[in-house]
Amino acid sequence: MIIVKIDAKGMHYRPLNKMIREAVAKGEKEFELDNVGGQRYIGDGLNENVKITINGTPGNDLGAFMNGPKIIVNANAQDGIANTMNAGEIIVHGNVGDIIGYGMRGGKLYIKGDAGYRVGIHMKEYKKQIPVIITGGTAGDFFGEYMAGGIMILLGMNGKSPIVGDYVGTGMHGGVMYIRGKVDPYHLGKEVSCLELNDEDMKLISGFLKEYCEYFGFDFNEVMSGQFTKLVPLSHRPYGNLYVY
Amino acid sequence: MESQLPAEFVVNVDHEKCRKCKRCVINCSFSAIEFKDKVTPNNKQCVACHRCTTLCPESAITITENPLDYRNNYNWTPEIRKNILKQAESGGIILTGMGNPKPYPIYWDHMLIDACQVTNPSIDPLREPMELRTYLGAKPDSLDFEGKNDNVSLKTELAPQVKLDIPIVFAAMSYGAISLNAHKALAMAARRMGTLMNTGEGGLHEDLASYTDRIIVQVASGRFGVTSKYLNNSALVEIKIGQGAKPGIGGHLPGEKVGEDISKTRMIPVGTDALSPAPHHDIYSIEDLSQLIYAIKEATDYKKPVSVKIAAVHNVAAIASGIVRAGADIVMIDGFRGGTGAAPMVIRDNVGIPVELALAAVDDRLRQEGIRNRASIIVGGSIRQSADVVKAIALGADACVIGTAALIAIGCRVCQKCYTGNCAWGIATQKPELVRRLNPEVAADHLCNLLTAWGHEIQEVLGSLGINAIESLRGSRERLRGVGLNQEALDILGIKHAGIGQ
Repeated sequence: MIIVKIDAKGMHYRPLNKMIREAVAKGEKEFELDNVGGQRYIGDGLNENVKITINGTPGNDLGAFMNGPKIIVNANAQDGIANTMNAGEIIVHGNVGDIIGYGMRGGKLYIKGDAGYRVGIHMKEYKKQIPVIITGGTAGDFFGEYMAGGIMILLGMNGKSPIVGDYVGTGMHGGVMYIRGKVDPYHLGKEVSCLELNDEDMKLISGFLKEYCEYFGFDFNEVMSGQFTKLVPLSHRPYGNLYVY
Repeated sequence: MESQLPAEFVVNVDHEKCRKCKRCVINCSFSAIEFKDKVTPNNKQCVACHRCTTLCPESAITITENPLDYRNNYNWTPEIRKNILKQAESGGIILTGMGNPKPYPIYWDHMLIDACQVTNPSIDPLREPMELRTYLGAKPDSLDFEGKNDNVSLKTELAPQVKLDIPIVFAAMSYGAISLNAHKALAMAARRMGTLMNTGEGGLHEDLASYTDRIIVQVASGRFGVTSKYLNNSALVEIKIGQGAKPGIGGHLPGEKVGEDISKTRMIPVGTDALSPAPHHDIYSIEDLSQLIYAIKEATDYKKPVSVKIAAVHNVAAIASGIVRAGADIVMIDGFRGGTGAAPMVIRDNVGIPVELALAAVDDRLRQEGIRNRASIIVGGSIRQSADVVKAIALGADACVIGTAALIAIGCRVCQKCYTGNCAWGIATQKPELVRRLNPEVAADHLCNLLTAWGHEIQEVLGSLGINAIESLRGSRERLRGVGLNQEALDILGIKHAGIGQ
């Protein structure tokens, strides 16, 4: 298998992404991008099951509207990762910025370190498409706001506190979050309820976490030894009684 | 407790004429007519959708406003008292449908169009060609050519353009807000008339797959049904920031309307609420908007124009300038009279500004900044007749959208109950027994007839103006005059008062 190597040093995102699109159209399957420094939209709208390894820090909207590829980032990444992503996998060996997984409908987004504000806003699911975001460190405010589906796991492996910011799950009406640690009620949105994990939950998260730990070299048993909190929406129709006809 | 709200309407049945066929009973989708030995109205349920009066074979039914539902008072109008009662009984936000019905000034009706007399000849559109064709998309600052003599070609790379045979596009109305049969009718008519329809934020139903070159696909804050395939199967892509009927607030399709089919097009589970947050949470600035515009351009390989739709609000000119600078190819401005499937009444009736003023302000601003060519302007928000289209284009619009006018053409009686899902005319409903009342073929014919008629009317006006192409009218405000407007309104519209010559 030939790996298409591109030196992205000093390149504008437009020719870089065009190069990738054209190579994908020709049937290339694997890419390695070196010296990436803030180029936006890598993997944007790609529908093929290609693999892209990024050495350097990709710019905003990495994997937006993406539908199939696997992207590995060997550094930090920025804002808007997996925006409206439909399928595929993004693995970030570092921290990420704000609004990751906005409107994400499928695929996986695994982050080794911390995430910024507004993670997984309006994440949704449809039939077999259940998106998963796992963040190894902490996350900022508005985690899972308006969440409509999918699974979010927040691990807090770096021991920083608080593990998550304010307004967790405000407007949440679907999906589930698992947070490894206690979440003080004042961090939670009004539309969320806190539950203990049952056997099914443990089975569900251990499947994803096994894979996650393999990517990043975390000790699976240590990850699982933490006390998880499960957050689900109080109602699938949080605003159903707001209106009068 | 039983509601103390008086009936708004009274259903009168002429029992002499009635032959008890029960067609009215079967057709009433609001349970306002029962059959108890004879046709028996339940006035409190009636919304005056006129389904029964239209279909009664004996014309035995009339509907009148309840003559004394509320004691007369100029200040405490029946509507205000009805709303207070409703809210006292429920504690809820009053929901409503369609556009703002309040008696705010309608600026279209205060503008008059010029015509040629003696010194400059008018043109007879019956005998001479009249061009209505319009291209939507960014136009270059200048054109470069290469080659010479007979072999000259355009060197400048043009941004993607969408051709309209008539400068009237069907407004964004989602599958969910309106029925699939209504969507099919709009798609068929758009194809036949060389114009476009718009998915709204509801995704694209698979039955419309063959019409994608005639479809504007919308990307709204809920991102329902948005995939790379959806973006690419389109005539152009529209980012919905705002809507004239409900500027600054989100959308809310209740779970009971999310059946199997809508679940498929929106790509959400059956029965869940489809909530569109008020803002796109990845857009908090013009720079963020630019990021999404280019994310869409990257996903569509720069082959589709990207439009940004906003509601007409106080600062619309500066916002539109930002949108153009952010890279949008089209700016769509929706005035405060624009329709909706559902909106809080307080927003619909009190927020936003008239599209006539917004359009004039935006066109002015973009010209002043020298960037008017970089984006087409489309306006909507109560375009009611061909004259409104002509005036909008003279004020500077490239094209108009029609929503309510299109729905009226296919049977809507403007009863404003779209949000109930009980539309008796099969338009704003998802109930199969109601949806099938709307025949998409017949409805498409009506839409084509309407656009054909308006097209002829626009050609008549162009002829009387002595011009033979809609391009020659665009932004030609000198051909408009104001009547009954104060100086400030005239200045904003950039037109002179009637009676002033050249």
